[in-house]
Formats: sequence, C-alpha cells, structure tokens
Amino acid sequence: MINYFDPKTQLNSNTITSDLNTRDLGTPEIFSDTQVTLDIDGVSVTVAEGTSVLRAAALVDINIPKLCASDNLEAFGSCRLCTVSIEGMRGMPASCTTPVREGMKVQTQNAELAKLRRNVMELYISDHPLDCLTCPANGDCELQDMAGVVGLRDVRYGFEGENHLDAPTDSSNPYFSFDASKCIVCSRCVRACEEVQGTFALTVDGRGFDSKISAGQNNDFIDSDCVSCGACVQACPTATLMEKSVIEQGLPDHSIITTCAYCGVGCSFRADMQGEKVIRMVPDKNGQANQGHSCVKGRFAFGYATHKDRITSPMIRESIDDPWQEVSWQEALDFAANKLRSIQKNHGRNSIGAITSSRCTNEETYLVQKLVRAAFNNNNVDTCARVCHSPTGYGLKATLNESAGTQTFASVLEADVILVIGANPTDAHPVFASLLKRRLRQGAKLIIVDPRNIDLVDSPHTKADYHLKLRPGTNVAVLNAMANVIVSENLLDQNFIESRCDDAAFQQWKTHIEDPRHSPENTAEITGVDATQLRASARLYAKANNGAIYYGLGVTEHSQGSSSVMGIANLALATGNIGREGVGVNPLRGQNNVQGACDMGSFPHELPGYRHISDQVTRHLFEKEWNVELDHEPGLRIPNMFESAIHGHFKGLYCQGEDIAQSDPNTQHVQQALTSMECIIVQDIFLNETAKYAHVFLPGSSFMEKNGTFTNAERRISRVRKLMQPLAGKEDWQVTVALAKTLGYEMDYQHPSEIMDEIARLTPTFHGVSYEKLDQLGSIQWPCNEQSPEGTPIMHTHDFVGNLGKFALTEYIATPEKVNKRFPLLLTTGRILSQYNVGAQTRRTDNQIWHDEDKLEIHPNDAEDRGIKTGDWVGIASRAGTTALRALVSERMQPGVVYTTFHHPLSGANVVTTNNSDWATNCPEYKVTAVQASLVTEPSQWQADYRRFSDRQHKFLSEASSTRDNTK
Amino acid sequence: MTNSTSQSSMLQPLTHLVNLSQPLSLKEYIREGGYQGAKKALRELQPAEVLAIISDSNLKGRGGAGFPTGMKWSCVPMFEADDVNAPEHKYLVCNADEMEPGTFKDRMLMEGVPHQLVEAMIISAYTIGADKAYIFLRGEYHLSAKRLQQAIDEAYSENWLGKNIQGTNYQLDLYVHTSAGRYICGEETALINALEGKRAIPRAKPPFPQVSGLFGKPTVVNNVETFCNIPHIIKNGADWFKQLSPKSDAGTKIYAACGRVKTPGLWELPMGVTIRELLYGHAGGMADGLKLKGLLPGGASTDFLLPEHLDTPMDFDSIAKAGSRLGTGGLIVLDDQNCPVGMVLNLIRFFAQESCGWCTPCRDGTPWAVEILTRIENGQGQARDLDDLANLCDFMWLGKTHCALAPGAVEPLKSALKYFHDDFEQHIDKGCCPYSGSHSPSEIASNVAQACGGHAHG
Ligand SMILES: Cc1cc2nc3c(=O)[nH]c(=O)nc-3n(C[C@H](O)[C@H](O)[C@H](O)COP(=O)(O)O)c2cc1C
Ligand code: SF4
Ligand code: SF4
Ligand code: SF4
Ligand code: SF4
Ligand code: FES
Repeated sequence: MINYFDPKTQLNSNTITSDLNTRDLGTPEIFSDTQVTLDIDGVSVTVAEGTSVLRAAALVDINIPKLCASDNLEAFGSCRLCTVSIEGMRGMPASCTTPVREGMKVQTQNAELAKLRRNVMELYISDHPLDCLTCPANGDCELQDMAGVVGLRDVRYGFEGENHLDAPTDSSNPYFSFDASKCIVCSRCVRACEEVQGTFALTVDGRGFDSKISAGQNNDFIDSDCVSCGACVQACPTATLMEKSVIEQGLPDHSIITTCAYCGVGCSFRADMQGEKVIRMVPDKNGQANQGHSCVKGRFAFGYATHKDRITSPMIRESIDDPWQEVSWQEALDFAANKLRSIQKNHGRNSIGAITSSRCTNEETYLVQKLVRAAFNNNNVDTCARVCHSPTGYGLKATLNESAGTQTFASVLEADVILVIGANPTDAHPVFASLLKRRLRQGAKLIIVDPRNIDLVDSPHTKADYHLKLRPGTNVAVLNAMANVIVSENLLDQNFIESRCDDAAFQQWKTHIEDPRHSPENTAEITGVDATQLRASARLYAKANNGAIYYGLGVTEHSQGSSSVMGIANLALATGNIGREGVGVNPLRGQNNVQGACDMGSFPHELPGYRHISDQVTRHLFEKEWNVELDHEPGLRIPNMFESAIHGHFKGLYCQGEDIAQSDPNTQHVQQALTSMECIIVQDIFLNETAKYAHVFLPGSSFMEKNGTFTNAERRISRVRKLMQPLAGKEDWQVTVALAKTLGYEMDYQHPSEIMDEIARLTPTFHGVSYEKLDQLGSIQWPCNEQSPEGTPIMHTHDFVGNLGKFALTEYIATPEKVNKRFPLLLTTGRILSQYNVGAQTRRTDNQIWHDEDKLEIHPNDAEDRGIKTGDWVGIASRAGTTALRALVSERMQPGVVYTTFHHPLSGANVVTTNNSDWATNCPEYKVTAVQASLVTEPSQWQADYRRFSDRQHKFLSEASSTRDNTK
Repeated sequence: MTNSTSQSSMLQPLTHLVNLSQPLSLKEYIREGGYQGAKKALRELQPAEVLAIISDSNLKGRGGAGFPTGMKWSCVPMFEADDVNAPEHKYLVCNADEMEPGTFKDRMLMEGVPHQLVEAMIISAYTIGADKAYIFLRGEYHLSAKRLQQAIDEAYSENWLGKNIQGTNYQLDLYVHTSAGRYICGEETALINALEGKRAIPRAKPPFPQVSGLFGKPTVVNNVETFCNIPHIIKNGADWFKQLSPKSDAGTKIYAACGRVKTPGLWELPMGVTIRELLYGHAGGMADGLKLKGLLPGGASTDFLLPEHLDTPMDFDSIAKAGSRLGTGGLIVLDDQNCPVGMVLNLIRFFAQESCGWCTPCRDGTPWAVEILTRIENGQGQARDLDDLANLCDFMWLGKTHCALAPGAVEPLKSALKYFHDDFEQHIDKGCCPYSGSHSPSEIASNVAQACGGHAHG
C-alpha cells in the first residue's frame, strides 16, 4: 500500500509501507532478448529466457511454496518445497532451479506434490524446537508460514531421532544472535554473505546431517571475517539469525520507509516500528541506491538517537566559563537573536555567519543559507563540504560543466575496468563496495591508486589487477602520467573528443600532457609508482569497453585536490568513458548529504544550483521570492571565518549539525578562533566538541525525528520520514524558521515539502522535484525538470549540460608540506567501517566494540627504527601540533607513511593536521602531514588540556539539568 | 595378464594389456599397438569425424547412468579457430572418483594400463576441442596417481601432450587432481565444484556441464572405463565395437561380483552376459552351503533383483526392464543367511554419511531411514515403520532430490521392502533379528569390500 503525500494528513504520509514490490519472487530477475511462453496451472506466462519456473509463477501470482529461494540470491534447490510437475520431465523438479522452456506445461498443485512438500516439512520439524509461541520470529518466520501452507498436521518421524536441538546460541555479535538449534541449513545466509555482501564469512561445515553453518573456521561471529552488514540476518527464513532488538522487544507493528543518515550511499531503509519506537532498520528492497543491502551503521547503529546523552532542552550562557542554563525555546532564541544583532551593530553586517551541515536535510540546509542571505544580510555561509568534497564541485564544474558524479551506483555492474583512486569503499561506502565486488567477481578488472593496502587490494574472491601504491600527495603526477601514456600511445577516443569536447582546450591539454616530463618513467621518482605498472594500468583503462572511475577524499583532501579531480575528468574525456552505463566519473561522497548541501547553495559565492551570487538574473529571482535585497559579494569561507575571528572581525556563528572543533584541521587554530567569538550558536543532538565553545545550544533532531530529503552521491534525492516526535519538540527546520522570525525575518512553511517546492521553483535542476513525485518514484536523481521529468540517472549522455567537455591543464606541484629530518614521516588520515566521521553517533552505539580508539598504523620498518611495538603509546608531532595514540604495526602501510582515523575527539588527529589546503577551494590537506612519531609515556599537552577543558564543560552541562530540576 | 594374442586384444580390448605389477611404459604400450587411435584421430580425422564414429559405436557411459557418450559430446558448442565467441578454454574431465563400496574397475584400468587412459583423453579432448584435461582421482588411489603421473610425464616428453602434439597444431595439458575423499565428489557437477576448489555440492542442471561446467566453460565428464574404450573404437571402427556384443549395447563391460561367492573378482566380458553366466560361470557360484536370496546387479545403489532374474542380460536396458540398474556392473549378492534388513541398513548408513547435506529430503531423510532401520534391526520396530520407510523412499525417488545420490541410496531399500517384506515383518513381530548369529552390518560391509579386493580375471 502506498499512501501518497498529502501535507494535510501528515501522519498518514508517514506510514508508507511498500507491500507492493516487496514480494519475494524467489529468484533474481533475468534480462534477455528472448521471451519464452509457458503454461503454469493453465495460465499462460511470458518471461525472459533463463527465468526460473518459480519466478515465472510468482509473476502471475501463483505462489509456489519455497524456503531456500529468495530473489536476491541465486537459486540452489535445497529445500525441495518448490517442487512442481512438468509435463515430460521425470520426477518433481525444483521450480527454483528449473529454467522455463517454450511450451512447458507446469502444475504447481496436485496430491503428489502436496504429499512431497508435507514430507519435507515433517523432516524439518522433526529436528526443530517446537516453541513457536515463544519464538522471537513468531509471525515473521517462513518456516512457520510454509508449515501452514503445506498443511502440516503431524510429524511421523517423531522427535526422538538424532537432532540439533541442543546446539548452542552464538550471541557474540552485539546486534544479532545465531541460534543454531533453529537452523534449517537452507544456506541463504551463506549465499547472502557471498553474493550480496561479498565477504564470504560464512560456510557450511560438515556434511549430511551434520552440516551446519559456521562463521569462518568455526569461530564466533565476532571473531570471524563478518562485517556485521546484516545481509544474512535478513536472508534467514527462521529465527536462527535474528536481531537482538526483536528478540528483546518483539515484532514491529508498522513500518516507515526512510533514508540512512550516515554515508553518501544513501541507503533506503524500512524502519520497523512499535508505536514511536524503532525496533529495527531493514534495508529497503526497493531502495534504488542500495537494492536491499546495508552496512552495519545504517542497519544497526541507530541507538544513538535515543541515547541518554541527547540534549532536549535549549540552553544559554554568557561565557564558556559559565555553567549552562536550561531555558525555553523562545528565551534561547531571543538571547541568540539579541547577541547576533548587537554584534552586527558593533562589528558590522559581515561579522556573523553560519555553517550548514552535510548531515542535515536539503530543506534545513537551504533554510540556513536563506537565513544568512536574507536575515543576516550577508553571504557568510559555508558548509562542511568545504573540508571534503569542495574540489569535486569545482573540478567537475570546470571540466564536465556540472558539480556532480555522473552515474548511478548500479552502473558499476556494467563496468569492465574499474579505477578506484583515493577511496576505501569497503570501509567508507560499504554498500557500494558490495556492488563493486560483485562486478569484480563477474570478471571486471580493478586498478587501485592508493598509498595503503586497502581491503579491496586483496579480498576473498576479488583482487586488484594493479595497485599503484603512490606516495601521499602525488595524485596529480600519477594522473598526468596516465594521461601521458594515453596520449603518447595514441589510446585516445578521437571520435568522442571531436564530437563532444572543446577542441582548443583539448589541443592545449594534449601539448601540455604529452611532454615527457609527465611520462611514467620521469615521474616514478616523485610518485614511487613503478612505470611499467602505471603504463599497463593506463592501457587497461583506456582500452576498456567501459572504464569507470571512483574516487574519494584521498583525491580531494590535498593541496592539489581540485587539480586531481580535473585530472580524473581529463582521463574520462580522453578515453570517451562518459555519458553511458558502466563508465563515468564518480565521487564517493563522505556524508549522507554532501551532495545536497552543495546543491542547496551552502557556499559563500553560490546560490542553490551552483549559480554565482554575482549573477544578477539569479539574484533577482531569489530577491523576488525572498522579498529582500541580496549582497552580490561572496562571503567568507570557513577558514576565512576562523582567520577573521582570530583577527577580531568575525564574532558570531550559527553552526547547525556540524562539529568543526573536531573535524576541521589544525584544532588549536580552530579553538583559538572559537574562543575569539562572542556568540556561537550550536544546533546539535549532542554536546559536541564545538558546543563546548558555544553560548547558545539549540537541541537538534535526529533523522528519525523529522521530514525532509537527502541527496546521495548519485544525485539521488530520497525522502527522510519522521518516525517519532522530536525529543526537543522542534524539527531542525522549525528551529531555523523560529530563529529567522526572532531576527525579524518571516519564513512561512507548514511542512518541509513547501521548502522543497520553493527550491524547485528557484532551481532549474530541481524544477520537477516534489514530495508527491518522490513518493511515487521512490527517489529522483537530479536534474529533474521539463526535459527529464523522472530525473537523470546517467549524466552527459549527449552534451555536457548544453556545453562541450573541457580538458583542463593540471600541472603537478608538490605540496609545501614536505618531509624533512624533523618530520620524516607522512601522516594520512581516513575512516573505518564501524565508526562514522567524528563518531558522535557511532560512538554512542555498540559499534564501539569494533573500534574504541583511533590508532596510529605504522610500517614494521618505521616502527622498528623507533622501537615501537603494537600497543605502545606513540607521540605524533607535526608543524601544527602534537598528540599521542597507541600504535598498530601493520604491513598495510608503506614505509615512510603512517595513518590514523579521526573518530575519537581525544585522539586529536586534527591537532596534527595543518592549515594547508586546496589552491582552488581551500579544502584542507588532511591526507598529507609531515610528522615524527616517537615512543612516549603520557598523552600530549594538548590531550591533557583537552581532557581538563572537556571535563569542565561536562560539569557545566550537568549543572544545567540540576538548575532545571531545582526550579521544578 | 599381459596376454597379447590378437584374439584377446580384440575380445578384451580394455584389459588385455593390464599389468598390475608393472604397467607398460610408453614405448611398450606403443609396441603393443597403443597410440594408434590417437595418431589416427589427430592426423587423419576432423573432430566431427571422430564424434561421428563414437556416436555410431553406440558407446554408453560406464559411470553408472549409461548415457550415450556420442550424444553427450555432441552438446559441446564447437567454434572455428578464429571465432571471437569461442570460450577461452574447454575442459575434459575424467571421473576416477570410484568411491562406491566394492567397486575397483577403474583402479584396475589406471594402475594396470595408464597409457590407455591418457591416449583416450587425448582423443576425446581433441574431439570436443578441449585444451585442458583433468583426471579427478579418488584420494586413496596413491598408486594410480603415481602411475598416471608417470604416464603423463612420458607422454609430455614424447610430445603426446603439450603444444603441437605430434606435429599437429593441437594442444592439450593433462593434470591429475586428487580428491578430498567424498562419495559425492563422484557426481559430475559436485566434482566440478570440487575441482574449482569449492565445496563439493552438486549443481542444478541445466545448465549442463557441456555448456557451462568447470569455471563456467564447456566441460565433458566421463568415467574411466568409458574413456578407455575410445582408442579401440577409433582404431578398429564402430562396427568392430558393436560386433563385440551383437545382441546388446555394444562393446565389453568390466563386471564384478562380490558378496559370499566362491571367486569374487573382475572380468571384462561382452556387454550383456547374463547374471547367471557372471555369477556361476565366472564367480564360481555361491560359497558352500549358501543359497542365493537376492542380488544388487550394479553396485550399492541399485535395486535388488531375485534368483528369478538370473537369465537377464547385464546391459542397461535389460536390467532396467527387470526393475534395477546396470550401474557400475558390480554384482553384490545376498545369501540366505544374511539379514536383508541389516544389509540395507548398512548400505543406507553409508549413503547417509556421504550425503552432502544440501537438500532436505536427503540430508534429513537418510538419517531417518537409518534411525528406523536400526530400530527394526534391533527388534524395536513398529508396524507403521514400514509405511514410513516406503514414504521416505518415495520422497527421495528419482527427480525429487537435488542429485541422484538420494534415489540411489533408497534403491536397495525400496526393492528390499518389496521383495523381502516378510523379513521386515518378522523383525517387527518377533522383536528381534531372525538371522541369529548372523553378521553385523559392519562385518558385511568389510566383506563386500574385501570380496571385491581388486582380483582381476582376464
Ligand atoms: C552420488 C553419485 C556418485 C557418483 N560417483 C561416480 C563415480 O565415482 N565415478 C563415475 O564415473 N561416475 C560417478 N557418478 C556418475 C557421474 O555423475 C557421471 O554421470 C559420470 O561420471 C558420467 O560418465 P559416463 O557418461 O562416462 O558414465 C556418480 C553419480 C552420483 C549421483
Ligand atoms: S552480517 Fe554480513 S558479513 Fe556478517 S556473516 Fe552476515 S552477511 Fe556476512
Ligand atoms: S542460519 Fe538461517 S539462513 Fe542460515 S542456513 Fe540456518 S536457517 Fe538458513
Ligand atoms: S552508512 Fe552508508 S552504506 Fe551504510 S547503511 Fe548508511 S548509507 Fe548505506
Ligand atoms: S541428494 Fe543428497 S547428496 Fe544429492 S544434493 Fe541432495 S543432499 Fe546432496
Ligand atoms: S525454494 Fe526451490 S528448492 Fe528451496
């Protein structure tokens, strides 16, 4: 049942369950040009050749019993419940493994079949606990359903035979348990782990009656290779693999479709609810980004939303040395508005600004930039995308004329050669990584450009064909060398270049890049990449039928981030790998709504839709709609805000859903900026690091508590739906509306859908977007307008948004951040699967058991030189600062390069990172910092200071609640 | 046994060169007429012509199912040399898993005349256009492995394997792969999975291996004995082969007899000798003091026949008509002092153990059959047990399970229920096994194995 969106019956619109299309058709869809017609129970069915009889029947609503089949897994014919009679065929073949044939006559029901199916059930039940009524899967168990369907009344074999009823339960995973006594050995879990997730953690151990499911070599789940994606849990037809939350709380009573608020894959989820309580999150089979798959974060790590650390009351204070004071919403807003206005009065219109968040919805982000432009009357708005993917926006706009990735995720299933640069998808974009691995298992070739041995280099059943293990900071040199090979060996796609690209730019680029200084041989010294390997990789990519590039923050977070992005676009243009399925240039976005935050005009120089603020026509459009006059001068970027604050000019900041104190580079510099301001307003769900420097705290709402949309890395706009009332009483967009109003600027919205309507009115690429259409289509990839009313899965199929593709010159310039005697190692940073970004959410879930501290990964040689062993405390000093972490000696590193994550504030990874940044966009150079590592006995001075400061702030927080308790 | 008179070479083509103590070297084998078939095929015949001869010869697979070999091969897609759609590889696999209790015919052929199999595989691979071939060998067959490898090495050094074989542009590599030792590995698609390094589980068919087999490429799997016929057919012609058994399926067959007979062993005889001739003419009849009660004509996974079937010719169709299967041609007798319930229990216990566990009827059904039979054998059976057993047989019958192991497992049981119903009832009525002092099931098992301990009678 689909309920279409209607703002007046808001609650109804929330209960979108998608019974439709969630039926399990038994075996995967097959695509073929040949159609086959057969007869099933007298009904004539026409399906693609290769389709199973089971699926063909399901398509005409003939539901053959089944247990081991599921339409996201290859059929294997193990349970034998789906047997049918087929004219001319011996016995009773399993319909899931029998492909259709022209003219086939199939009977799905007769007395013989019924007998056989009942016998199978008897065999199952003779070895199954009979505790259905107290079983957590009661009501959600396919074994139970099938017992009903086949009419099981009796178990002739009795229950005294050999059995598995005493098999132990494995509860080692924090989120699900494995109750072996209920296992029917259907192998769905094994196949899900292989085919859907691609981890191969599970096997069937033993044979015959002793066959059992085992994680790795008879490990507990937690000690196996399992990455806790949940695919097996979802695949399991019984209560064997079951979410602990369901075991503890029971089955849901209704479900709502929403979108994951973690990474840029943007998985669609079915939130299974009891009243307002989320019981479990199950990846939505109809989700177009994730196609029914998920990772541990979205699937299980949602408990933070109701964590006791949530702050639910607005708070204010005069100074960060004062305790917090809980106040009403209006008091807090008045306090904030007064401060902001008085700062502007004393220090000028440009002395305040705001930072939008890539984790908030499009609508919220849009409102914050509107607030800045319309109510602050300046353009001082920037977003955290500044620190991750701003070079993507810049570089792709300059070459492909649009600031976005070109493909759908599913497009990778058509790619023949896949080039992964500076990305670690198995950790950072796990669901996409699973798709990618599936394609690799089908035979696609893989080239990895990364300083580290990331998991993709060598994982079960997939291996990189080439791993170009470059020195951090030399991406541009490597990309140029690849281009040099493509030009000098004449691997160019001349046709494509002539018809689709700007000739002058191409000629210029060609002359530039064919110069021998870019050749693999001449750059090997700089990049550390073997020239033969590089040549072979370039040839492989250039000659591929379909070559696709995926890249991540390892490309953008450099002093030459924008150049690298353009270098990547050059490669795709030069080889014609753009504008169709299986190719393209694909940024893997870090956070859930990076794309959206950029689209929504969160940049100081751009209005929504990437239109420059100096463009009069656009500005007038907004002025008319917003009823104000807009400043035509671009405002301050985040680093400029900090600079300006330190110099005493920038005094007030509204920071929504972002933790700049932890996530921005050179922490001490950021701290200095924050302490220089007079009014910092933080809107967040927790007292994050930035909030410790704030004067006003406005409690935010998690993605479960509001309506809105997120836009993922594929430009896919998906609905976020409200699952429960906001704990603090307001959805985030309502807070911004209220703040605007208090500042004297009216914003009139009853529902986020109306904000989207306004965005659609004002932004050509969004003209066709509405909540109603989102409900109908599930999701929409922009551009969505008159030309493409249902959105645009693949970009640039005919032209580059009305233009020619532009090759860009990309000269390699070494980063100023150089190793020397004092700082002989290069530090690069990244993330891991179980934690997300600054960790504010995931650290408040059981994901902690996988990663409860950040460690310094260091190559055995470097470790030995310094007498460092795994587990030792190691001081890391850079030109910016010093911190200390425990060491992990690891062959994944190359000598001379060390690595850490930044998920825990006390680690102070960003105390060490510097102010260097991308020349075009100021995106910080997180990926390259010259450091020294040495054994230490205690935390760094910064860490000691941090601990003291943080403890004090927490005390201020607890005093706030006690003031409230006292006044009550 | 190396009796190379022209007569025995014509009448017992498969075994006349068998020498179990010291097999023929390549040179010796060639001197005895070996590799002439291969030379003829590679030098004078197109693959399609070889295929036509094999099809015409009416050779049927000796691995158990009796599927016509020519027909099997003709399903392999063939390509011109420069066809872009041609697969990277095609594979030929020899099924030498031979795990069936009491069957040793393939071992005799591999240990006794390894070059015959090598030559056979060269011709066969040439015919289907395979460039890689594997011999999938039962794990315990160490001597076979050694001798085959020796023969292969010799063949490589004399250019019968490798590149440009004998000056042609045909190329073939041949490998010996030793099995991990599971009965199910003998099932051809499980064998393919095992060769790929995966769990040995049968695959769903279609797709058939000829189209998508090893690593997804066209693959033909044949039994050792099937292959060994090929060189002789090519050398002597299809008509000669058919003449070997004019009234039957063509060619010879290596038959075995075991259980308590006077002289258990293996014999290469014209296809279609009668059971009587095998049992009384060659195996010397029943051991002293014992009477024939029943027999499994084709090994442990075939249906019982009775003394009244003694004049049935042992070929695929005739045995099928009598209600059983020729299987591997290994006759197992049941005498009148042997408990049929115990024997069946013993056999099905073997199959329950060897079930791969993939499909429910077999994984959960065979243990129940063991459970119930044990109960009956121990005198604790109930009347309804016989119905339950019959049901189990029905539900594990041909075409109802994922592979043919389960149907094979219940064939002896199902026929025993039919022919020896009284014995079952007596167990239940008397509350004990009426064959007092008779043999425990495990004893019978080892009897069966020993009795067939590889005596070849030329
Ligand atoms: C459970 C099972 C075990 C089998 N074991 C063997 C075996 O050990 N050797 C063999 O040649 N065929 C065996 N087969 C038959 C093979 O699947 C296949 O039919 C045979 O190798 C084909 O060869 P052929 O056409 O030359 O007879 C077995 C079949 C089943 C179902
Ligand atoms: S949770 Fe995912 S990775 Fe772990 S065993 Fe299940 S399917 Fe495999
Ligand atoms: S754990 Fe579940 S999915 Fe896996 S084999 Fe057992 S019943 Fe099937
Ligand atoms: S974190 Fe990313 S991959 Fe994981 S469930 Fe959420 S959107 Fe999907
Ligand atoms: S019949 Fe037995 S051996 Fe064959 S697939 Fe099924 S369980 Fe495995
Ligand atoms: S659903 Fe077909 S055998 Fe299980």
